[in-house]
Amino acid sequence: MNTNENKMPKKSLLSAQIDLSKFEKATDEEKAQQDVMSESTTFFRDGMKRLFRNPLAVMSIALLGVILVLIIVAPMIIPYGYEEIIKVDGKRDRGAQNLAPFEYSELEQQYMEKTGEKLFPHILGTDELCRDYFVRVIYGTRVSLTIGLFASIIVLIIGLIYGSISGYLGGKADLVMMRIVDIIYSLPDMLIIILLSVVLNERLVFKPGTLLANLGTNMISIFIVFGLLYWVSMARLIRGQILSIKENEYVLAARSIGAKPARIIRKHIIPNCLSVIIISVALQIPSAIFTESYLSFVGLGVKAPMPSLGSLANAARDGIMSYPHKLIFPAIMICVIVLSLNLLGDGLRDAFDPKLKR
Amino acid sequence: MSDILLEVKDLKQHFPIRTGFFKKTPLKAVDGVSFTIGKGETLGLVGESGCGKTTVGRSILRLYEPTAGQVFFDGEEVTGHNIQAMRKKMQMVFQDPYSSLDPRMTVEDIIGEPLDVHNLYSNKKERREKILELMNYVGLNSEHATRYAHEFSGGQRQRIGIARALAVDPQFIVCDEPVSALDVSIQAQVINMFEELQEKLGVAYLFIAHDLLVVHHISKRIAVMYLGKIVELADADELNENPLHPYTQSLLSAVPIPDPDIARSRQRIVLEGDVPSPLHMPSGCPFRTRCQYATEQCALECPTLTDRGNGHLSACFNR
Repeated sequence: MNTNENKMPKKSLLSAQIDLSKFEKATDEEKAQQDVMSESTTFFRDGMKRLFRNPLAVMSIALLGVILVLIIVAPMIIPYGYEEIIKVDGKRDRGAQNLAPFEYSELEQQYMEKTGEKLFPHILGTDELCRDYFVRVIYGTRVSLTIGLFASIIVLIIGLIYGSISGYLGGKADLVMMRIVDIIYSLPDMLIIILLSVVLNERLVFKPGTLLANLGTNMISIFIVFGLLYWVSMARLIRGQILSIKENEYVLAARSIGAKPARIIRKHIIPNCLSVIIISVALQIPSAIFTESYLSFVGLGVKAPMPSLGSLANAARDGIMSYPHKLIFPAIMICVIVLSLNLLGDGLRDAFDPKLKR
Repeated sequence: MSDILLEVKDLKQHFPIRTGFFKKTPLKAVDGVSFTIGKGETLGLVGESGCGKTTVGRSILRLYEPTAGQVFFDGEEVTGHNIQAMRKKMQMVFQDPYSSLDPRMTVEDIIGEPLDVHNLYSNKKERREKILELMNYVGLNSEHATRYAHEFSGGQRQRIGIARALAVDPQFIVCDEPVSALDVSIQAQVINMFEELQEKLGVAYLFIAHDLLVVHHISKRIAVMYLGKIVELADADELNENPLHPYTQSLLSAVPIPDPDIARSRQRIVLEGDVPSPLHMPSGCPFRTRCQYATEQCALECPTLTDRGNGHLSACFNR
């Protein structure tokens, strides 16, 4: 201790000289305290944890969850069918036309008084063909969400494969592949959709009872249209992402290790453009829902008794002055779905971007 | 000599650059480079930015398809067919530890990737053990295995990069300016680690850098590049004390000396002008446009590397 003090330069009282005794070496224990250790998590779990810290994303997940439960459970509980005229005591109730929410028709009231049995209320009333409107909205949501989801998956798969091949190969292959995309892009898509729907409606005939027949020709033609036309913007987006990502040094590093192109695309490039893919898929679903609504509007959407949110809103236009609730409910449903998906897409992007990690 | 590990013969790497609508001019990034590296030896490769150092390293590993020339590894020619097997023996450490590690991967996966690619383990447990051993080797804490690369400092990231290169147990590593992105105190740590690893594992390095002091410290021999050509190649000490090529002389005269008296008294050789564009190379010797000794002969012919005794090679007519 004494020798140590002697080594230190002598210090005058007023000098600004640093007191060296304050600069002792940190012990290993003290060093260890500086390292703040977080527990080990996988990429996915880590992202999910951050997603659930985002209030908007949690809210939209909750909303989508409620809608999902509703469209699965509600048809099991409610005793009315989406394509059936309301029956009272086995007889068709012609008077149950355009009822307001929670209203009963005369026949139903008589029946309830007679038997004392309580009939299930028409939560959103009935439509002009005496069908329970709530069940129709639920089925419409089912149809619209299914179309949105499957169309987006088709678009994602085709766009992802095409875009990543084009982007990764580059050069002449990229040139040719992108010109094909340009050609498809330059086609007026609404015209093609209408023409395709008309042609496919005539050509596509399925055996009744099979899964495809249950889906309906129109639904399948919508999927085909999406598969043919709407993947181009996804392919472009992914190609652009890959072009910039493949120039990164870590891709070169993977090549120097001996990784094959498929592995590089799968392990390095796709995870790094995942945030862009997620957000565009989340945005693709509402756009598919909109397209389906448009097609339903011009009469090329889902087939008649089967409702979709678009066709419901369209049908409600006729009586908009007398029965505005019939337009409002499907419209609110579309809004809630689109908004939730957009917010969820945003939340996912933030959560899975490690550079934004706090 | 059987202890030659890597032999590069007249390696050329030209990139076609579109200069007009139809016209393409070859950019001669590397133009006829030859050298050898012995087992467990370090060859330093220095030169200014854009002289083709990095391209040499990448062409050896076939990250670029060389235009001409051959590379022999352990007596076997490296071609497109056997490169997969060769990449088990030759590895690379990259310049920028910030961009050479995938931000989406944990350290464990980054280091484990070469093991995955070459199927070097039989089960998950073995993989993890190997990774932890490698991390231990380069001085990383085993608790860091599940973290992402961006959570580390530059020096630690470079250690991750080195651990990845070591994963396949290579005999030869191309170190592409592994310390130029790091600050000086970390540079020393990383360089010392390179030396320790060489002693322990007997790997050979091609150590690319632009810092002459660093290269002199770590290398046994040094090659100096200028515009895609090696202009001088000699033992590290020999090159430092007795540089023959005017370019090397000017480089050495620019090395800072931490003693103001000596620094003031020595003669700086300041080169005039800029490096010529590699698209429009000067005729003859590429250095003649900036060389104080240039003669007519230099414009007509390109000097070749010739031995000036003791394995000191230089490419100059006049010196």
